[in-house]
Order: sequence, then structure tokens, then C-alpha cells
Amino acid sequence: MSGQSTHHGPGAAGHEAHMDPATAREAATLGIWTFLATEVLLFGGLFTSYIIYRIKYPQIFYEGHLKLDHVLGAINTVVLIGSSLTVALGIAAIRKGKVGLLRLYLFLTLLLAGTFLGIKYVEYTEKFSHGLYPDTDIFFSLYFMLTGLHGLHVLAGMVLLGGVLFLAGRGRYSESYHTPVEISGLYWHFVDLVWIYLFPLLYLLG
Amino acid sequence: MKEHDSGTRTYIVVWGALVMLTVVTVAVSYVHLGMMNVFVALLIASAKASLVALFFMHLRYENRLVWGFALAPLFFLVLIVVGTLSDTLFR
Repeated sequence: MSGQSTHHGPGAAGHEAHMDPATAREAATLGIWTFLATEVLLFGGLFTSYIIYRIKYPQIFYEGHLKLDHVLGAINTVVLIGSSLTVALGIAAIRKGKVGLLRLYLFLTLLLAGTFLGIKYVEYTEKFSHGLYPDTDIFFSLYFMLTGLHGLHVLAGMVLLGGVLFLAGRGRYSESYHTPVEISGLYWHFVDLVWIYLFPLLYLLG
Repeated sequence: MKEHDSGTRTYIVVWGALVMLTVVTVAVSYVHLGMMNVFVALLIASAKASLVALFFMHLRYENRLVWGFALAPLFFLVLIVVGTLSDTLFR
């Protein structure tokens, strides 16, 4: 409702005072992709150790992956893909100025993200109850490190999207200004991307 | 002035493809292909990642500069993996 009012009056909106909106949007896009590049390399280091140790100890990896719950892993994959869809739909909505629809999609995204972490919690509890810890063997070290780091990213994404949802409720975004929604969306899709690789590499060794 | 609006239907089709590829990757993991299992799994994961990047992340509609920023880390990733393996494999 009040989305329009933020764009009227001098100095009313501090976020677009310095450069023209198109330039500001591109700067923000390049900024998030640069950040995502550092994220690729953060996970990349762990993926590298995964490759090295999997080549070195194939048997430990094979036996380790049998102890993971493939069904829960697959469900979580679908849950996270679904949350990517809701974010994409939310951005499509705000591009048409539909704030209410954006809020609905963001709420659904948070719900799916919460489901993902809930399932992860069940999985971790299950592993611990069977005496499987990060120091059990190299497979479970990598499993807990990779999924734990990814889980933290999911949590960070929830905080971020929760903030966007809150600000959307205060009428901060409109058809003409919604860069933070797009930027947060890019981060969320990246978190989904990481899981797309983690799922087959940890759960489905074949 | 705006980039193309990839419509709701496109997103849902992409989502459907992602779910289908997830089913395929689970199914393939039950077929024993030896070393090929890893490559098939990575191939499917990369297909899914490309769909997410191109459509959900709007890379399809971005200019070359953004593409450069998006693809640069992959170069470094390959460098890290190949560089490390060239050491550890031949020790």
C-alpha cells in the first residue's frame, strides 16, 4: 500500500539517492555474484577434500553413505527446489508490484526452509543415536561439515528472507524498486544449488 | 526498460524439470555402473544447477559482465581441484 510513498519527496528513500536506479541495480547484482564466488570457493575447498578422500578411501565412503537416509535426503532436495520456486515466483510478483503475493511466497519459502532444517535435525539426531559423529570417520567428518555449513547457509537465508518479508510488510518494495528482494533471492538459489550437488555426492554413491 | 519477465509458467516448468531430474538421479543410483555412477550423478546435478542459474537466478537475461562474474569462480574451482589432485594423486 505505502510502497509508492517511499519514492516521492526528496531524500525520502536513501537507497536510491546516489546513482540512477539501473546502475544501482547492476552494482548490487555484481556485488552478490562476487560474494557468491567466494561461497563457491568456500564449498569448493570442502568438495576438493571430498574428492581426494573418496579416491583414497572408497570403501569408507561406500559404507558411510549406506547409513544415510536416502528418502529423507530426496525429500529435502524436493523441499529446497520448491523453496527456490517460491522465491522466483515472489520476485515475479513484486516485479508486477504485487506486494501481498510477494509476502505470501516469502512466507511459503520460510516454511519450506524450516521444513528442510527440521528434516536435517531428525537426520542428525538419528545419526547421533547410532553413534555416528563428525569424528567417526572421514566420510562422516565431511558429511557433517558439508551439511552443517550448508545448514548454516539455510539459516542465514531464512534470516535474510525474513528481513525482506518484514520490510515488504512495511511497504518498502514496489514495482519500481525491489533490488533487495532480487539479491536475497540470488543468495537463496545459491543455497539450493549447493544442496543439488551435496545430495548425490553424500547420499547416492551408487 | 525492464528485462524480460520470465513468466510464472516458465518457473513452474523449470521446477517440474528439477523434480524430474531429482527422481532420475535417485533411480540411476540404484543401477550399478561402477565409476560411471559419479559422472552421471555430477552430470545430472550440473544440468539442475544450470536450470537454477539460467532461469531462477535470471542469468539468461543478464549481460556479459554478470556472466563473467558468475562463471569466474568455476575457473578457480577447477584450478583448485585439478591443482590439488595433481599433487595428491602422484605422491
